[in-house]
Amino acid sequence: MSDRNPEYDFKWCPGCGDFGVRRALEQAMEKYIIETEVPVETNVVVAGIGCSGNMVHLLEGPQPYGFHGIHGRTLPVAMGIKMSRPELNVVVTAGDGDFLGIGFEHVGPQAARNLDVTAIVMDNGVYGLTKGQSSPTTGMGVVTSSTPYGKVEAPVNPLPLYLTMGVSYVASAMSTKIKDMAGLIFDAMMHPGFSIVHVQSPCTEYNDTYELLKGNAKKGIEPVAWSIPDKHDPEDLDAAFKVATSGGIPMGLLYRDTERLTFDKQKSKLAEKAVVQTAEELIASYAI
Amino acid sequence: MKKNDYVVRFAGEGGGGLLTVVTAMSQAAAEVGYNVQTFATFPSQIRGGPTWFQLRISTLDILSSGDDLDTLVAFNKEAYEEHRGEVGEAGVIIYNSEEFELESDGKSFGMPFDELAKATGNNRAANFVVMGALAHLVNLPLSILEEFNREKYTRGRASDEQIVSSNNHALSLGRDEAIKSGFSLGELAEPTKPEGEQILVNGNEAVCLGAMAAGLEFFVGYPISPATTILIWMEKNLVGPDKFAYQSTSEIESITSILGAGYAGKKAMTATAGPGFSLMSEGLGLGWMAEIPLVVANIQRGGPSTGLPTKTEQSDLLTALTPSHGDIRLPVIAPGTVEECFYAAVAAFNWAERYQGPVVLLSEHALSERQKNIPKPDLSSLKVESRQAYAGDNGYRRYESAELSPMPIPGHPGGYVANGSEHDAVGDTTHLPARHVQMTERRFSKLKLLEDGTYEEDNPQAPVVIMPWGGSKGPAREAYLQLSGNGGDVGWAYTMFLHPLPPALLDSLRQKELVLVPELNYQGQFSSVLRSQGVKAESITQYTGLPFKVRDLVNRARRRIGAAKKEGVAV
Repeated sequence: MSDRNPEYDFKWCPGCGDFGVRRALEQAMEKYIIETEVPVETNVVVAGIGCSGNMVHLLEGPQPYGFHGIHGRTLPVAMGIKMSRPELNVVVTAGDGDFLGIGFEHVGPQAARNLDVTAIVMDNGVYGLTKGQSSPTTGMGVVTSSTPYGKVEAPVNPLPLYLTMGVSYVASAMSTKIKDMAGLIFDAMMHPGFSIVHVQSPCTEYNDTYELLKGNAKKGIEPVAWSIPDKHDPEDLDAAFKVATSGGIPMGLLYRDTERLTFDKQKSKLAEKAVVQTAEELIASYAI
Repeated sequence: MKKNDYVVRFAGEGGGGLLTVVTAMSQAAAEVGYNVQTFATFPSQIRGGPTWFQLRISTLDILSSGDDLDTLVAFNKEAYEEHRGEVGEAGVIIYNSEEFELESDGKSFGMPFDELAKATGNNRAANFVVMGALAHLVNLPLSILEEFNREKYTRGRASDEQIVSSNNHALSLGRDEAIKSGFSLGELAEPTKPEGEQILVNGNEAVCLGAMAAGLEFFVGYPISPATTILIWMEKNLVGPDKFAYQSTSEIESITSILGAGYAGKKAMTATAGPGFSLMSEGLGLGWMAEIPLVVANIQRGGPSTGLPTKTEQSDLLTALTPSHGDIRLPVIAPGTVEECFYAAVAAFNWAERYQGPVVLLSEHALSERQKNIPKPDLSSLKVESRQAYAGDNGYRRYESAELSPMPIPGHPGGYVANGSEHDAVGDTTHLPARHVQMTERRFSKLKLLEDGTYEEDNPQAPVVIMPWGGSKGPAREAYLQLSGNGGDVGWAYTMFLHPLPPALLDSLRQKELVLVPELNYQGQFSSVLRSQGVKAESITQYTGLPFKVRDLVNRARRRIGAAKKEGVAV
């Protein structure tokens, strides 16, 4: 609400990838509202902590519900919201530190449950808001303020990891390609199950990877990002693994499994066996 | 004179059928109208280890599990050695003579528990052998136990008849052994059936039933002693349309998912114990900050760290009040009896919904496992509250006012941001000093809505009062009755609403010369809270992992009151 709210004093830096993610998210949400014929208040954005977490305050269009909670806990908060009201469109926005560092323990369980929410992971390979410490996706040997002699450990490779954990929709996007990203986010919202759109969203201040991702012919820099060819079958898990592990950063839809039941559907299905008793009946069952 | 009261302890190896016999005996006694209360303590392991259960059967209202044993049932030599010292002067010990033999000590007799069971053709009838012997000792008609046996084991199976008759046979074999021994404890008086319907529940079951009565919709928990039974209960019973119960992967997931549910408009709850409660700290701070209703039941055990998972303690009060960093003081309700566990759960939800924030329901191990007959709660007279929900259009400024304001529910107009950062009227992050002042004051002002807690006060003119909290209520009440009955000018004060305290009670406590607080922790946590509110409070502490004995409380209170007299307090 930056334009309308003089009290709110946070700004993304000029050139920040998160601007592009915001536009894509708003486009996807708008399309979702039109196509599914729901009001804006059916949408809930659950944000993590960090630069990406401010997404929820910086949306420029009609205001959805927002939740700006604590570091690393977007997914269980989203689970509470979604399992309370399965009719809501719940979207998580989190950075690589929030999602893959402090909050990583929550990714596997939601994949196993197939929680029907969409997570947009804004990966800039650095802790930006605390001014440039190494993050889970920072490369080995990279010098940051917290790794003055180079980062000791290997970076997390998110895409094969999501596939291994059983995330039922895995896509990869780039903050500069807004139309592609918006399409993937919209598809993810429509996907019945746990969907992740992993976005390369560079930090111009501490980890400017634009050139690396897109390449620079003049300087002889080959792009790291590459488009997944149209012939790739996203229903084929083996093929998705090949794409995810073939080097560089693939862009597009890697994998989609629409067969699995979502967490809410699975839960209601199993609950059909249960004997439902009122509080009155439950109390009476302890009668002497 | 007939006995009004019978205290029996069953001690032996965990997993050896002790629980079966204590449960059967308490159910049988409760069914014919006795008051019953059980106490359990055991080691943190699946099978084995020294375990004991205590049962008190009484024609009167039961306040504590009893100091001296009328009967000890020792299933092995270690149990005999460990517990014989607590048998009263006129008490009797029954031991399993298959495990060990004794020289006659004048108060013990042995019988072969399992051999007698085998003689009935049912190897599992040893508990009925024991019950038969106990019944004879207090002249309890065997028909009571036979009736219970028939009811319990008539389950529509082919083997029913055989089991019922072998159990009855076991009862008579046990009785015959007791007759042979020549021991008797005198006749237990006839029970007077309590007025109105009764239910037999333990503390955790009472919490669950209270939560259901209050309209619980969403429960997430992680297994931890002694709160696991609440999770299990919820998974089974919190089912049906718009209900959700689930086992999470950690207490962090538990608290953050119920934050999501509370935000989404549900009555949400988790249950945990010390270590899990510590992991919930940050989430509880978020609930306070973003004003999200939810209930956390902390069933206290011995701490800190892993501590004593299966023993009782009241050492989480300070952390319950201020679980998180920052300026925060959560409402805390601590039930003192099994019956209060039910009403505390109802009150916790009402408070959470009313002030729109987290409420801590602080129970404890001793209550969680204690089985007791209580009057059946009357749901028609129960006041159940729900939050004030926002019903206007979009563009709402949720946090604008200086006080509580209606809460929007996602899916309905009124979008805002629930924010853990300091925020402005719509929930956007802000750092303005004036906002932090306004919001801090707003959050604390809402506690004023919770000053309707009930309390007990007896002998209000007395300058010295006994004021326990939580599960120490029972033994402290018995101690108070002894102290005040012997001509001492001692008063009684009690409430389960520890924060905020009922203002009238606090005013009265401030007039006292001395408020003695029996509590199961080292630091004297509640008395320090009272002192910070201008009350001259001192604790009587114990930190053994076990509840207070009435006798100890009487002696220690008497000594302290005696010292106060010397100091010139008008006692």
